[in-house]
Amino acid sequence: MFETSLSFNDILFLIRGAGVTLSITILAVVGGTLLGLLFGVLRSHVSPWLTLPLVFVLDIFRSVPLLIQLILANAFQAIAGLQLSPFVTSCVVLALYTSAYCTEIVRGAIDAVPVVTRRAARSLGLSWGQDMTQIVFPMALRVALPSWIGLTLGVMKDSALVLWLGIIELLRASQILVTRLQEPMFILLITGAIYFALSFPIARLGGRLEKRWQEND
Amino acid sequence: MIEIENVHKSFGALEVLKGINLTVDKGEVVSVIGGSGSGKSTLLTCINGLEPIDSGRILVDGTEVHAKTTDLNLLRRKIGIVFQQFNAFPHLTVLENVTLAPRKVKGMSRRDAEEIAVQQLSHVGLADKLKVYPNRLSGGQQQRMAIARALAMSPDYMLFDEVTSALDPQLVGEVLDTLKMLADDGMTMICVTHEMSFARDVSNRVAFFHKGVMAEIGPPEQIFGDAQHEETRNFLSSVR
Ligand SMILES: Nc1ncnc2c1ncn2[C@@H]1O[C@H](COP(=O)(O)OP(=O)(O)O)[C@@H](O)[C@H]1O
Ligand SMILES: [Mg+2]
Repeated sequence: MFETSLSFNDILFLIRGAGVTLSITILAVVGGTLLGLLFGVLRSHVSPWLTLPLVFVLDIFRSVPLLIQLILANAFQAIAGLQLSPFVTSCVVLALYTSAYCTEIVRGAIDAVPVVTRRAARSLGLSWGQDMTQIVFPMALRVALPSWIGLTLGVMKDSALVLWLGIIELLRASQILVTRLQEPMFILLITGAIYFALSFPIARLGGRLEKRWQEND
Repeated sequence: MIEIENVHKSFGALEVLKGINLTVDKGEVVSVIGGSGSGKSTLLTCINGLEPIDSGRILVDGTEVHAKTTDLNLLRRKIGIVFQQFNAFPHLTVLENVTLAPRKVKGMSRRDAEEIAVQQLSHVGLADKLKVYPNRLSGGQQQRMAIARALAMSPDYMLFDEVTSALDPQLVGEVLDTLKMLADDGMTMICVTHEMSFARDVSNRVAFFHKGVMAEIGPPEQIFGDAQHEETRNFLSSVR
């Protein structure tokens, strides 16, 4: 018979960690997506020369390992006396990191909308803004969704790196339990299952939307 | 009335329109023919201000299209355009494709817009496709939907850019019939077309474009029976 010293309180501890993981992920993805939308629209509508500085900065966020970004940002905010909590710092860094990827997803999806479709919209008298909200965004969303879901799931897993700033999220919580209880397999199994439970609804939502759209497109 | 006065237009170093002059009166149907790359499509997109021009001017009912003070969104309400490439809004049903502009641009209620849309869609023979998404339509049906979509804004002018060029031959007829019907209703139209019999039978005047110049314009009998320019004759013998 299987025996474990994992208590109900330990499970609660893991779930609290999962709550932290989920909040960081949601804040980072929401912030990163809003920024990514803004930057992506700029990238697809403003001449490449003007957006060069933006592209350069976003390339940094995409190429420097997230762990280094987190540690540097945390050190920087301390030196600058911003007095940001590790949680806030983590959310900001992850949001910028997310926005760098989201920008390219948004730009690619907007550019995938055929020029003639947009011309048709404008020649009906729709303003630029109406063209964006009525035609471009709905069409681009269908293109962007699979990559955006992938990005979100990736950010959820990458968010584990914030444990280096002393935040007890899901992975850190599991490590603490492993050290204390010496039952690595069982605890990691549970932790993995919680990650899966967090990711599954997002992946399913994407699949459902895609299927519904496919029936039309 | 559409007045095109000495319009020049370049894409980079390539001069696409080299001083075009053309006046189209209310109720007139003008067909534009000419080789590919001669500037026909560009002229149409200049007329509704989708493309800027370099010099000259275009007046629609006396309003200068490219003047800074002109509200293009307002002006475009009275100029419908249908393109060669299919351009349905794929995420909207046929009915929604047609009601979108009346609702968003004219601020019509959904009911009023749908009433007009159903009427226009019936007119082009798509009354049974209202709830269908465009990907379920044939090319000919898509073009007829695009025509209904433009007509739902009650435009005073319609511009057609080779609307049958992307169609399978057996679907060309149904779209041309729609254009003929529109011409019979008295719509003012500029039709860029490769369908010479259409140009001959339906238009009041036919304009021949050659390398950015309107080389010849006249009644169909003149263009097809007694063309004054060698280029016109060469072009016509090449398409026959
Ligand atoms: N957006 C554009 N940018 C650069 N060149 C263009 C553009 N649109 C059209 N052209 C060029 O302008 C010329 C005229 O094009 P177009 O007006 O489409 O001719 P037509 O409709 O008579 O075939 C062609 O050489 C074409 O390649
Ligand atoms: Mg053309």
